[in-house]
Amino acid sequence: MITVEHLTKRYGPSVAVDDVSFTVEPGHVTGFLGPNGAGKSTTMRMICGLTPATSGSARVLGKPFTALPNPGRRVGVLLDAAAQHSGRTGREVLTLAALMTGVDRRRIDTTLDLVGLTERESARRVGQYSLGMRQRLGIASALLGDPEVLILDEPANGLDPAGIRWMRDLLDDFASRGGTVLLSSHLLREIEAVADRLVVIGRGRVVAQGHKDDLLRQAGTFVRSTDDVALALALRQGGAGVEELSTGGLSVEAEPIDVGRAAAAAGVVLAELRAADSRGLEDLFLELTADDAREQSRMEVPA
Amino acid sequence: MTTASSNALRQAQEPPVETRTRRTRTTPDVRPLTFATLTLVEWRKQLDTRAGRWLLAVIAIVTAGVLAVMVAVNGGNHSFSAFVVGTTTPMAMLLPIVGVLAATSEWSQRTALVTFTLEPRRTRVGLAKVVAAIGSGLALLVVTVGLAALAHLLVVAFRDADPAWDVTARAVLYLALSVVLFMAQGVGFGLLLRSTPAAIVTLLLAPTLFGLVGGLVPGMADVLPWIDLGTAGEPLLFGSALDGEGWAQLGTATLIWVVAPLAGGLWRVERSEISSS
Repeated sequence: MITVEHLTKRYGPSVAVDDVSFTVEPGHVTGFLGPNGAGKSTTMRMICGLTPATSGSARVLGKPFTALPNPGRRVGVLLDAAAQHSGRTGREVLTLAALMTGVDRRRIDTTLDLVGLTERESARRVGQYSLGMRQRLGIASALLGDPEVLILDEPANGLDPAGIRWMRDLLDDFASRGGTVLLSSHLLREIEAVADRLVVIGRGRVVAQGHKDDLLRQAGTFVRSTDDVALALALRQGGAGVEELSTGGLSVEAEPIDVGRAAAAAGVVLAELRAADSRGLEDLFLELTADDAREQSRMEVPA
Repeated sequence: MTTASSNALRQAQEPPVETRTRRTRTTPDVRPLTFATLTLVEWRKQLDTRAGRWLLAVIAIVTAGVLAVMVAVNGGNHSFSAFVVGTTTPMAMLLPIVGVLAATSEWSQRTALVTFTLEPRRTRVGLAKVVAAIGSGLALLVVTVGLAALAHLLVVAFRDADPAWDVTARAVLYLALSVVLFMAQGVGFGLLLRSTPAAIVTLLLAPTLFGLVGGLVPGMADVLPWIDLGTAGEPLLFGSALDGEGWAQLGTATLIWVVAPLAGGLWRVERSEISSS
């Protein structure tokens, strides 16, 4: 359980995190989504007591992180996979963490196995690791203390699709055993694959949060028929908002069944009828990133 | 993989969360971190990289080199204590670097993020670094005194030097005290400046410049021993007895050059934001 209440961080005149509140509940993988520079990492560092908050508070397992005795045994944290001494071997990194948190050193092998790092890889120095291997090592450090909570900043960064799949299974399994997971990403696809709840942040503020399916679902129906003009007329008469799509078909602000009824009443033959694509979150997300990547968003969302 | 298949199964059935089996902890006793654990981990961190091991090895090699030169040149007729004194200058230059690296590597290698997540009480980590660095320094001191004894043994045996085993317990204690000061100073400057080159340059140059400039200012000659650690600490390195005033001078100079930077460094670490960039 992670509780964040009115967390705010100011750097001089600029506000990095602005009155952010959310809870991360056990049994779920909560995705923390936002474009680069939205305040994800700052928020996570404040949760972990590394960055002092300007105002507001964050509690992990009911306490401020810094008040947890031996936090490595309660909360697994990965904030930057690249932040490891390049001269240490992967095994040594885990050994130090095990010594510090008092974990049985036999757990090192189990954990290496769990994240898919081989004996030989673990004997190599971290400086020679690929980003994907560093992520696996970082996740291993986070899991080493057998924690109840995981806080992972961009853990899928550098993982290949198979790696993302592996991580989803791992986190799913962790959450299903009652664990609490908060993981961040700036990629919607990545979060979509891993998380079942979402907190979306943009320019330091929470702009949406809730169940992933609810957020992704856009109320509306896509319909294509032999006579879209007549169908659009019938639907508008019924009071539904209709948008004619340039690619053919209609986007209707109504449930599919109501669109079907209207079509039957008007005697129009349907060619396709389904709930609209989950574009809501994506639109919101592109809007958020628009300032940082104007060119890209113009290409992806033609006016 | 079994995890994957069981996950696929779970997704297919989509059981409500409430009915999922609650997690049972396999490790019920979570003991708080002790300072001893922290110190041992910090000590290990000084030795578990090539850079760290090489630094200690280089100090031992330089010491051995100085002794070898003393053995070889000008008949080599030196007493045990002369050999010990010969090793102290390179030690005084190099030992604080061990302390500096113990502190700055957390930032240059960005491990601070992990360290202070596992132990949020940052001052304890800083103090553990000081104690661990002192441990390394004292171990090196033992090696140095051993090498000096060996050097004296060599000149007595092969170069007809007069045997003079004249190193007193007091001289060794003084050296040990200076090691403590060097290490605390090194960690202090490291924590304060967080950059290896900046900390080393400051550490080596600042006291020298301070002594130099101080010597030029008229009337400073009387004050200098009270505020310059190089002057006040000289008896520790060269084995001359410290009287009451000497101890007092060492105290004030230590306050300025060791306690103040260390306190400032610890304060800065406690207060500041730990980030990866």
